[in-house]
Amino acid sequence: MDLSAIDPLVLLASLMVAATPIMLAGIGELVVEKSGVLNLGVEGMMITGAICGFAVAVETGSPALGFLAAAAGGAVLALLFGILTQFLLSNQVATGLALTLFGLGLSALIGQSYIGIKPPHFDQLDIPLLKDLPVLGLVLFRHDVIVYLALGLVVGVWWFLGRSRAGLVLRAIGENHDAAHALGYKVMRVRMLAIVFGGALAGLGGAYISLVRVPQWTEGMTAGAGWIALALVVFASWRPLRLALGAWLFGGITVLQLNLQAAGVAIPIQYLSMSPYIATILVLAFLSSRSGRAALDAPASLGKPFHASS
Amino acid sequence: MLVLEKRPEPSALWRWLAPILAVVLTLVAGGVMFAILGKDPLAAIRMIFWDPLFNETFAAYARPQLLVKAAPLILIALGLSFGFRANIWNIGAEGQYIMGALAAAGVALALYPLDAWWLFPLMIVAGALGGFLWAMIPAFLRTRFGTNEILVSLMLVYVAEAFQAAMALGPMRNPEGHGFPGSRNLQDYPAAHNAELVAGTGMHWGVVTALLAVVIGHIVLNRHLFGFQVRLTGQAPKAARFAGVDADRLVVICLGISGALAGLAGMFEISGPSGQVSIDFNIGYGFTAIIVAFLGRLHPIGILLAGLLMALSYIGGELAQFGLGVPAAAIKALQGMLLFFLLGVDVFTNYRLRWQPGRAG
Repeated sequence: MDLSAIDPLVLLASLMVAATPIMLAGIGELVVEKSGVLNLGVEGMMITGAICGFAVAVETGSPALGFLAAAAGGAVLALLFGILTQFLLSNQVATGLALTLFGLGLSALIGQSYIGIKPPHFDQLDIPLLKDLPVLGLVLFRHDVIVYLALGLVVGVWWFLGRSRAGLVLRAIGENHDAAHALGYKVMRVRMLAIVFGGALAGLGGAYISLVRVPQWTEGMTAGAGWIALALVVFASWRPLRLALGAWLFGGITVLQLNLQAAGVAIPIQYLSMSPYIATILVLAFLSSRSGRAALDAPASLGKPFHASS
Repeated sequence: MLVLEKRPEPSALWRWLAPILAVVLTLVAGGVMFAILGKDPLAAIRMIFWDPLFNETFAAYARPQLLVKAAPLILIALGLSFGFRANIWNIGAEGQYIMGALAAAGVALALYPLDAWWLFPLMIVAGALGGFLWAMIPAFLRTRFGTNEILVSLMLVYVAEAFQAAMALGPMRNPEGHGFPGSRNLQDYPAAHNAELVAGTGMHWGVVTALLAVVIGHIVLNRHLFGFQVRLTGQAPKAARFAGVDADRLVVICLGISGALAGLAGMFEISGPSGQVSIDFNIGYGFTAIIVAFLGRLHPIGILLAGLLMALSYIGGELAQFGLGVPAAAIKALQGMLLFFLLGVDVFTNYRLRWQPGRAG
């Protein structure tokens, strides 16, 4: 075992990359949950985005088009969820699970002819001047545009939810949809928009895994990232900036265990690869143990069906 | 315009019509999917849902397989159905299935090559216990800290999968296996083998247990106080609390039952049809069982029928894979679609369409 082979700066730089997929999917789901909808299909939308993005990037040679397609793929699947839960009033937990099961099957179906192919390379941004800064350059300023997009979206969502009128309406709907409806706000329309937004971001996050992080296509390659993103929203107590923090934490655990694997620690790889999931469980348990704080932070109408009788 | 109007009572007719309609819609959508894949839709659907039962060349192999594949699905789905009714969402049955299988195989392999009648019963106990204990983790965290059981039980699937790989490559690896991953095959270990009870029928102890579980489940749900508490909690949580239903106790029992049954399913699978602890002996029964539970209306008899139908799609899917080159993933997509359609059609159980003239949206 040679722990000195692990360079802390490289570790921090790859942490930024590892955090990006769950940050994207998590911030999307945060908006969805703030509007009072619980979409458990994040994993399904991510894996669909992963294969849509991969396929389009390979066919066109353009990763940018791939990311667009991924967002579209995730959004279409989310739309399906929206129609079922908002118009056909199906159980949100069950429908989210259906979305995940269907997404896993569909992506495997689309992906069977893309196994073993390398996607086109997605360039880093290499911000001039800043990238040459001694320490920060490597850690912060030599990433691709999606890393910055994710951070920008976190700030954007923070501003939208906390500082804009539309964000206030969305939160009102999430807290009490009957009252919001009585005030004349379009509960279903706002929720549909939020659901589609969440789907698009989950799709983007998935494509980031298949196009940049791994980069190749294997069945079920998101390996629970969508579920970790869901846990992240709880971890963040539905606050955008804290979500970014959580994403880095989980990204850090993932990167660290991969590095320990590479450094040849005397623990079998299988036990190391359990660590992100066990960490998620521990964090969830710790958060919820603080006398029901997590429950207080959750939007009051989360997961409840809305049917306007008048 | 057309509006949805809540029914005063859920429609009894639609409760059972919805799954049938969902199956029909899935067949239509599946046909379209097969056409897009460039396969003859009618031939594909015929091969998946008809040939395994009635085609002379395939039926001899396929009919027994029906019971073999349906038994774990029914066992797991039945366990899940109690929790789902009471809004306790154990979606980590796949993990409990794995842990049950590993516990049972562990006992058998540790005692190899024991020849005793009590080994198999001991494995059954170990299997149920393995699944039960794995399900107690989310149960404990939920009752003690109020942690969301959906996320915890699901995360534990990934932990169990990693543990399974560690076992197949480490402690449980076959010492005579020339370094290949995977344990000894329990099919070659008479005292531990879950063999066919009647040759050529597919009937093994797991099938017997599943049928027994359906009968007991039916009685518990309809004739026992626990079943009443489950139904009450699902329909009116507040009323249940006033009626003195201990919510925490219900969480522990529901997760415990589903964990133990999933563990049993894993035990019967590892000691019979699959035989060997390998990196990937689990094939997603724990997740498909969620579809089975909903398709069967969370009702024991319904689950029995839904389990058989889902087993049929597995077997037919295999046939279509070899016969027509339909990819295995298409069957997974088909199964996912089924749950989608069911949830969509189910709106008519609780609501009805009404024409309301002259109303602005």
